[in-house]
Amino acid sequence: MAPLLDVRDLTTHFFTQKGAFAAVDKVSFSVNAGETMALVGESGCGKSVTAASILRLVPDPPGRITGGEIIFEGRDLLSLTMREMRKVRGGRIGMIFQEPMTSLNPVFTIGDQITESLREHRSISRADAERRAIELLDLVRIPDARRQIHNYPHRLSGGMRQRAMIAMALACDPALLIADEPTTALDVTTQAQILELLDELKRSLGMAILLITHDLGVVAEYAQSVLVMYAGRGVEAAKVEDLFHSPIHPYTRGLLGALPHPDDDVDSEGRPLPLNEISGMVPALDAMPAGCRFEPRCSYAVPACKMTDVRLAPLAEGVRSAACLRAADIVQDQP
Amino acid sequence: MRNALAFWRRFSRNRAALLGLFIVLAIIAVAVAAPFLYPDDPMGMVAQPFLWPLQDPEFPFGSDSLGRDLGAQIFHGAHVSLLIGATATIASVLIGVTVGSLAGYYGGWVDEALMRFTEVVQTIPPFILTIIVVAIFHSTIGTIVVAISIVSWPSVARLVRAEFLTLREREFVQAGIVMGMSDFRLIVTQILPNSMTPVIIAASLMMASSILIEAGLSFLGLGDPNVVSWGAIIGAGREAIREAWYISALPGIAIIAAVLGLNLVGEGLNDALNPRLRRR
Amino acid sequence: MQKVVKRNILGYKNNESKSQRAPFHSTAGSLWTDGAQERLDPQRFHVPALIKPVLSRLWRSVAIVVAIAALNFIIVHMAPGDVADVMAGESGAASPEYLADLKQRFGLDQPLIVQFFVYMGRMAQFDLGYSFRFGRPVASLIFERLPATLILAIPTLMLAFVMGSVLGVVASRRVGTWRDAAISVGALVFYATPLFWIGLMLIILFGVKLGWLPTGGMQTIGANYTGFAYVLDVGRHMILPVVTLSLFYMAYYARLMRASMLEVFGQDFIATARSKGLSEGRVAYRHVLRNALLPVVTVLGLQVAHLLGGTVLVETVFGWPGLGRLAFDSVLSRDVNLLLGILLMSSILVVSTNIAVEALYRWLDPRIGAA
Repeated sequence: MAPLLDVRDLTTHFFTQKGAFAAVDKVSFSVNAGETMALVGESGCGKSVTAASILRLVPDPPGRITGGEIIFEGRDLLSLTMREMRKVRGGRIGMIFQEPMTSLNPVFTIGDQITESLREHRSISRADAERRAIELLDLVRIPDARRQIHNYPHRLSGGMRQRAMIAMALACDPALLIADEPTTALDVTTQAQILELLDELKRSLGMAILLITHDLGVVAEYAQSVLVMYAGRGVEAAKVEDLFHSPIHPYTRGLLGALPHPDDDVDSEGRPLPLNEISGMVPALDAMPAGCRFEPRCSYAVPACKMTDVRLAPLAEGVRSAACLRAADIVQDQP
Repeated sequence: MRNALAFWRRFSRNRAALLGLFIVLAIIAVAVAAPFLYPDDPMGMVAQPFLWPLQDPEFPFGSDSLGRDLGAQIFHGAHVSLLIGATATIASVLIGVTVGSLAGYYGGWVDEALMRFTEVVQTIPPFILTIIVVAIFHSTIGTIVVAISIVSWPSVARLVRAEFLTLREREFVQAGIVMGMSDFRLIVTQILPNSMTPVIIAASLMMASSILIEAGLSFLGLGDPNVVSWGAIIGAGREAIREAWYISALPGIAIIAAVLGLNLVGEGLNDALNPRLRRR
Repeated sequence: MQKVVKRNILGYKNNESKSQRAPFHSTAGSLWTDGAQERLDPQRFHVPALIKPVLSRLWRSVAIVVAIAALNFIIVHMAPGDVADVMAGESGAASPEYLADLKQRFGLDQPLIVQFFVYMGRMAQFDLGYSFRFGRPVASLIFERLPATLILAIPTLMLAFVMGSVLGVVASRRVGTWRDAAISVGALVFYATPLFWIGLMLIILFGVKLGWLPTGGMQTIGANYTGFAYVLDVGRHMILPVVTLSLFYMAYYARLMRASMLEVFGQDFIATARSKGLSEGRVAYRHVLRNALLPVVTVLGLQVAHLLGGTVLVETVFGWPGLGRLAFDSVLSRDVNLLLGILLMSSILVVSTNIAVEALYRWLDPRIGAA
């Protein structure tokens, strides 16, 4: 069966005074119906731009999607007219954002903001829309929904606001929910509640979730498959169990704290490597290495890595892939 | 030095700001050149009355109803406009900085009292208050400057107070307090230099509005009668406006240029000094 | 470089703390925590939330007016020469007997503090003194001239606010295009142009050269129109002064609105609105505009203060028989009583506008009621 969302070679450039940079560089992944797929990486790796690109919400200028396909429910979203695209946004694909404190419009009530979405996509009476809004707030477990729809966002806590955001995104029963770092701005207990809620809703509503996060713990607990991103590129794609059981790409291994690695605890110049931490910095967008982008920080690097623009390629087993010249060697070394 | 260079690079990237700077420099040049180009009294009757611009090559700007050289008046007028604009701005900044820093530094009832007073002044229609002050105390350049600064300082005071409120909590100020610096030294040597950015921006915009106020006053005949001023030329030209509208038109263009130039410079400064900050 | 791109993603900034992105943070501490019970009933809460602060604003406004009256007293006493002379005007129109009467009535031979209270007492009864230039009480003169000024000021304010906002919105939605450039340059130029000069130029163009519109006054002299014809006549006379007065403020509001809209376009909740599938028009006019109006409404009070000064110039240029023209006449004759009366009256107008603005703001911004 074809996946619900199939992103192929998506490329998004930002055009700045210093030139054009690919914030997302030929990224490919797919999300199956009913599944949670995670995009994981450090901030600035392009995962949020990827999410925004899917709904074509990258602000232009300075950003523009310059290549690739985004096949959703059999249609390439990049070829849709603006009118058709708007039916997808909030209709078939819902989205929630990182900052619940600022992602709701302060001058409209919660109810207004939910019914707005409903009335945009469905011909529904005001009273019905309001009834549905109350149902939705019940669904995301906001207590006393009947009253809350008349409240303004500033009267709600961060967690409650994120619940309201979810209710809004789910208003029209989307097939896919894009959650862009949905819990980063919340405190730890609230984080867990929101993620549990998303997971339950996924099951009960049968929708898919594209979860953007920098937190591997969250990935392990809630996602089924994962794409690790680094400096605008996908570096490793796998089922979650496989990734955590046997990470392949040196960056993933670094993230998972899989060091110390086979070459002992020293880097190429004989200096000891710290545990659980990748040395060096993410390269700046205007100073990207020509070859593998992780090469300057990689303890597995060989001279060829500097030259080869290595891309995500399926490994022997076929269910997972990594963008690394030495992937085969690393797989062999696995215990 | 390096900062100044970086600032200049940001400022000069903005074409509108450069245009503004060019206009302002040109008007300063005009004001400086006036006594050399037109050494005689600009109020002297030297030509045939009602010469249109370009009609007589000797008087390229034309002459007014009394046969005074319009060019001489406009050039000398630049001097008065800039002088009043600059001194009124300096005076307003001094008052505003004093009130704002006292309110922001001491807080409490001092702040309350000073800010209430500021609010009262801001409630009074500024132009009407300047008219009254000038009318009561007679028109000289001095009273005009005082009148303009009386109505202009509140915005500076508010800016400075806001800066002080945030800066007061910062480490370097706290360190100064611990070191036993006097309030005066703390204010003048520590906090003030760090709160000057918005004041500089406000000052260039304020100079523009001071020039507009002065023009309005002298248009109404409330300017200093002993000097030429753009507004006064327009006011005098009104009597013959049907036949010789150029008399009023030309100095108006000079006012627009000066005010526009200063506004552009102010905005350029704002963009260059706080690249991402919201304007208040 | 990385930083720039990061900021640009959907216009939100990943690493900045909430307090840094100040404009839409909640002022009151959040009344809600997860799972907490409701504490406020919005229906019950709304009406007093609107009225109570407006009442406290009312008291503050009264205090401001009293302070301005006191300022008037100070100005009179700072004026050079005998206070009685100042009050009677410079022209020497008052007889010595009258001056003596004045001194006695205002207690000018009493100590300053007594004089102050006598003065304030008179102000409280709106006894603003006597105008020698016009030979009538100041208060009645002011009330006679007030309507003429209001029919200039109110349409001006409405025209400037509406047109300026529309232009600002259009410019902000087409940033970087010729339309934005034209509006921005136009606004910049009119923002730098003296009112009285525009007035004169419009008189030459539309009054003298084209002959379309009357060049001065409030009605055609000697025509004695009545009813609808009268209204039409005044309307024709109003056009040039209102346009003259509006252009500056229109430019001001256009600039402010454009900046405010652009600011709001960068907010997170605009990305949310787009992600709901709303059209760009709906995003701009519902989500952005409503928020962008807030800072624009705030300055309305300051603008009214400024505009009342502008009426002095415009009424002088167009010979319009309002308060501004009255102020100009009283300046010429140094009629200090009349001037101070006008100052007090116009301050009261500003204070009343501020009360209205405050109420409007509360209505527009639900967050204020919670404070």
